Amino acid sequence: MAVEELPLAKAINAGLRKAMTDNDKVLLMGEDIGTLGGVFRVTEGIKAEFGDKRVLDTPLAESGIVGTAIGLALRGYRPVCEIQFDGFVYPAFNQITTQLAKLTNRGRGTLTMPVVIRIPYGAHIGAIEHHMESPEAYFAHTAGLRVVSPSTPNDAYWMIQESIESNDPVIFFEPKSRYWPKGPVDLDASASPLHASRVARTGTDATLVGHGAMVTMMLQAAELAASEGVSLEVIDLRSLSPVDYAPILDSVTKTGRLVVCQEAAGFVSVGSEIAATVAEKAFYSLQAPVIRVSGFDVPMPAPRIENLYLPDVDRILEAVDRSLAF
Amino acid sequence: MTTPPPAVQFLATDGSFAPSAGSDEYLPYIEALSDEQHEQFYRDMAVIRRFDTECTNLQRQGQMALWPPSHGQEAAQVGSARATRRQDHIFPSYREHVVAKIRGVDIMGIVELMRGTTLGGWDVNDPKNGNFHGYTLVLGTQTLHATGYGMGINFDGAVGTGNADTDTAVIVYFGDGSTSEGDVNEAMVFAASYQTPTVFFLQNNQWAISVPVSTQARVPLYLRPRGFGIPSVQVDGNDVLASYAVSAKHLDDARNGLGPSYIEAQTYRIGAHTTSDDPTRYQNDEQLAYWVARDPIVRFEAFLKNKGASEAFFADVEQEASDFAADIRRRTLELPNPTIDNLFDHVYSEPHPLITEQKAWLANYEASFGGDK
Repeated sequence: MAVEELPLAKAINAGLRKAMTDNDKVLLMGEDIGTLGGVFRVTEGIKAEFGDKRVLDTPLAESGIVGTAIGLALRGYRPVCEIQFDGFVYPAFNQITTQLAKLTNRGRGTLTMPVVIRIPYGAHIGAIEHHMESPEAYFAHTAGLRVVSPSTPNDAYWMIQESIESNDPVIFFEPKSRYWPKGPVDLDASASPLHASRVARTGTDATLVGHGAMVTMMLQAAELAASEGVSLEVIDLRSLSPVDYAPILDSVTKTGRLVVCQEAAGFVSVGSEIAATVAEKAFYSLQAPVIRVSGFDVPMPAPRIENLYLPDVDRILEAVDRSLAF
Repeated sequence: MTTPPPAVQFLATDGSFAPSAGSDEYLPYIEALSDEQHEQFYRDMAVIRRFDTECTNLQRQGQMALWPPSHGQEAAQVGSARATRRQDHIFPSYREHVVAKIRGVDIMGIVELMRGTTLGGWDVNDPKNGNFHGYTLVLGTQTLHATGYGMGINFDGAVGTGNADTDTAVIVYFGDGSTSEGDVNEAMVFAASYQTPTVFFLQNNQWAISVPVSTQARVPLYLRPRGFGIPSVQVDGNDVLASYAVSAKHLDDARNGLGPSYIEAQTYRIGAHTTSDDPTRYQNDEQLAYWVARDPIVRFEAFLKNKGASEAFFADVEQEASDFAADIRRRTLELPNPTIDNLFDHVYSEPHPLITEQKAWLANYEASFGGDK
């Protein structure tokens, strides 16, 4: 078994190269992704290897990137678009929601839209406005899109390839604060399908559910709780649309308690949707109300006070305490 | 009247052959046309106008959710559509009914869209549909799809080889209101940057619902693409010969690898934007009369009569138009309503558990009323 230690950003890079080697219809497009390798260097070296017809340094226009990617997909290509930062996706929102997401349905089975949109998202990097947002709910709310977010280098390597293989459009959220820490990547086999959620740590007293960078924080919380004799189960969602509920419901059936964690603002969020669904489907298993630990319903703040906005280990444990008190 | 004189025109308003200054480079395309092609142009325009009237009537009778008429714009559409070649791709807006028909689409697909039985209408991948892509209602979005498609053609090496049967162009239709959308401008940036084989075909019908083109632009719209590095030309869009020749030339240029170009067809929407509109609130009588006097079908009929077309020919076209409209009416009234499958089955191309669950729930719910006998 070939296992390499890679940071998440390099794992995506390796996954992109693998997909481009396997299928010459796969091409990358975005701002500064070629010669520069992207502002996070996720695509570093790929243009040099595959050439400027496979890696496009596009004009600076997000709607143009996604709109032309749709045209390329209609021609038989499988474009992978990079949006430079979470807060810069909105100029492309129209093309993503009214065209990319809807063309398969309009085509009544005659069209597929194999387009991947990679979006670095989330905070913890001390950046200024528009560079630390978590806009996943907008996309999960849109019929026709698939939305995923890896939390580990191994998942990043495999999920980017599985997203490219998908015949439906996939919004691929990359937790940018996790780009650099290394983790093992099994280059031989994928651990699970694209839309499966994953039990990241088993426990018996309460369940934590979250995605992206929040998974690391939930695991840290579980470690601390264990030192105080509280056993937390941690579930990495991996997929935000569709949500794989079976492991979540199984876990809640066992623990009776659920805390949903996310960086995004809580109002009308993915976490709210999961809380509502678990309340509907596992009502008699619950020993306490489902509790959400989210960002506040305010604009993502200036970086000097991002720690006031962001859920952290203490806020997760505070929610666990509230849950256990019922 | 503020409308500037069109740059390229072959037929005067009375139907006499009178090429305008600056039309020389397009003349060979006119000279190569046969009498049969002339008659086909007329037939296309006359049949679609009758179809258009029938669909408007059907909407008024409660049989359609909406109808966007093409009355007045037939020459711009027929000329450009007849200039395409088999392998070319067409990205329409939502008013190019005759372009669809010319490319081979059964335009009951358009009726189904506007009656409200589907969100699609035809399969662009079916060869009999002539690479005519889906109607697009969000203004200007299709200009980026057409440009991206052209990027793919370039990457495939399907331009500039000299093979007239495989070198491929893309033509994209949009209106004067759309020119203010960001997407149309981004499409020109990408088309120029990647030198795509895209012909931008603007039908300037002078109105974006109720807002005049002077609100969209303070310069003639055909001048705008030049700032993007895209060559452009203005044509009398109510002259089917001019529309044909200019389109044919620019589609040839695109296939030959000369990159994008832009055609502004000056035309006029004689009727409403759609059946939900009331043009009497904003159109003025003088402008309307000006354009009615430039009706594309009347003008071409005069041209054909001057050339000696027979009364029998016109009678035959009239009969075909009536039969076509009657057939559309009959088939419209026979259209079945969509089923539960239509709601769920193609949201994703691969299984999606939420959709599967909701489809099953609705089927059970409906069955609980005992209606599924």
